[in-house]
Amino acid sequence: MDQLAYVLKRLFSRRIVLVAAAVLVAVTALAVFFPMFSGVDPNAISVMERLKAPSSEHWAGTDELGRDLSMRIVYGSRYSIMIGIATAFFSVIAGTALGLLAGFFKKLDAPIMRVIDAMMSFPDILLGISLVSILGASLWNVVLALAIVYTPRVARVVRASTLVIRELLFVDAARALGVSTPRILYAHILPNLMSPVLVQLTFIFAYAILAEAGLSFLGVGVPPEIPTWGTMIASSLQYADRAFWTIVFPGIAIILTALSLQIVGDGVRDLLDPKLRKSA
Amino acid sequence: MNDTANPLIEVRGLRKYFGAGPQPVRAVDGVSFAIREGETLGLVGESGSGKSTIGRMLIRLLDPTEGQIRFKDRDIAHISQRQMRPLRSSMQIIFQDPYASLNPRMRIRQILGEALDTHGLAKGKGERQARIAELLDLVGLRPEYADRYPHEFSGGQRQRIGVARALAVEPSFIVADEPLSALDVSIQAQVVNLLCDLKDRFGLTMLFISHDLDVVEFLCDRVIVLYLGKIMEIAPTETLYHRPQHPYTQALLAASPIPDPAQRHKDRPLLVGDIPSPANPPSGCVFRTRCPHALPACAETVPALAEVAPGHWKACLRNDLHPLSMKGTSQ
Repeated sequence: MDQLAYVLKRLFSRRIVLVAAAVLVAVTALAVFFPMFSGVDPNAISVMERLKAPSSEHWAGTDELGRDLSMRIVYGSRYSIMIGIATAFFSVIAGTALGLLAGFFKKLDAPIMRVIDAMMSFPDILLGISLVSILGASLWNVVLALAIVYTPRVARVVRASTLVIRELLFVDAARALGVSTPRILYAHILPNLMSPVLVQLTFIFAYAILAEAGLSFLGVGVPPEIPTWGTMIASSLQYADRAFWTIVFPGIAIILTALSLQIVGDGVRDLLDPKLRKSA
Repeated sequence: MNDTANPLIEVRGLRKYFGAGPQPVRAVDGVSFAIREGETLGLVGESGSGKSTIGRMLIRLLDPTEGQIRFKDRDIAHISQRQMRPLRSSMQIIFQDPYASLNPRMRIRQILGEALDTHGLAKGKGERQARIAELLDLVGLRPEYADRYPHEFSGGQRQRIGVARALAVEPSFIVADEPLSALDVSIQAQVVNLLCDLKDRFGLTMLFISHDLDVVEFLCDRVIVLYLGKIMEIAPTETLYHRPQHPYTQALLAASPIPDPAQRHKDRPLLVGDIPSPANPPSGCVFRTRCPHALPACAETVPALAEVAPGHWKACLRNDLHPLSMKGTSQ
């Protein structure tokens, strides 16, 4: 318990990290618990209430079908956050594995990296569209497609860092001791990759939420009955000149969440770096 | 080749070429020597002479291009890394840079523990703890330091941790690859004394790589002078420092600062120019381009290492040169 308290104290020693963490906790709690208890249908259409400006009745206004935007943002957070987290998680795992292998084993470098280069030569959104078209439009297929799109980014960063770390003396020292190659990868190289990987993780989380919006806008994303922040912006874009709130509020939700995660990610990265850690 | 009653490690015709093609970099070009059990052999030379390359080949951190490395009567020059693994507990290395040689994400306990675990040297948690404390004590660090991270230590302390890690597996042979050159002079003395101490205590055999001639004189029994991947001179320390035979050794010793002004030589044979590229070494004697005594013949023949006195070998065509008395008469 003492240790946990100490870690939290260190993490929140910068006020901004505390604020960002609070935002994330609030957004997540709302996403998880609100739909359980509210009983509101975020898809309830009310033609009379179309494109109403924010008011005490509709805090964030209504969209072109008269649906309450504040409700849809709360419900949408479920899917958007899930897509962001799942995409970041899968692409970081795949990218780290590929980058580590390519960076450490000279023989695997060319084969792996040429495939990665080929994938990177497609524009992100085009690759995403093709993958979703092949896989079929569903929530998990969008996650899978986006994870494939972002894997090369992580792989490149991880490979570059691995190339540097591999040549450091402590790796030679481990070799001289006879430490096995899997253990060198796991105990010596991987922990020193944490900082760049965490940065990628927070970036990809934000990118994935935005990319999902792009895919939905192009009609190959999540099915329209599932409210996500991306689909909300995409479907309301044509009304934005008359009803700015239809894109501004979901936009604020995206920015706030992505920014908070990035700040917390930075805080965690600093915490993981023993050099920045003050002795207890 | 040289008189070695009981060699622990013996090297023959060792070569390391980097890069392929017609002009590979000849980092080490046909080096042969032996180290007796319990002996400390110094390896000196300028930067780029191949000192570290030799040290790294001996413990197979680098694969030799050619040649033999006999360790305890077994040729290990070309065996696989898997076959090498069990031998790794008997040969260790201390690195030059104590800042890069310790994993910044590991506590000292994990660093030393990894060495023990790799060779199954401590059974159970208690024995492991005790052994780590013992190792820290051995290098003059407090056992409480085990839970700290490397960055919490000074350069000298880190180098001691490096020494403790090397000793953890109870090696019989240690390559010390310029272990002092990244340290302040005041700290150097501490680490030298520590090495001296441990050498006597455990009867370690050591290859001590350095360009600090004073430290080598203090620590080593015999010294090899290396130039451009080739051995110029081998001699017992005393002989080498007082009666150097090879012009290169003479120049090296002359370049070393002498604290007493009264003892400074006026006509010191100082070297000019840089060490030539090992990708394109001079023909004949590699040192001839900077040698004050070079003759036309030096460009023709590669001088062989020849015994000029018992245990004293040099690779130079000029046998007519007077051995320079390098040290003042007071010594």
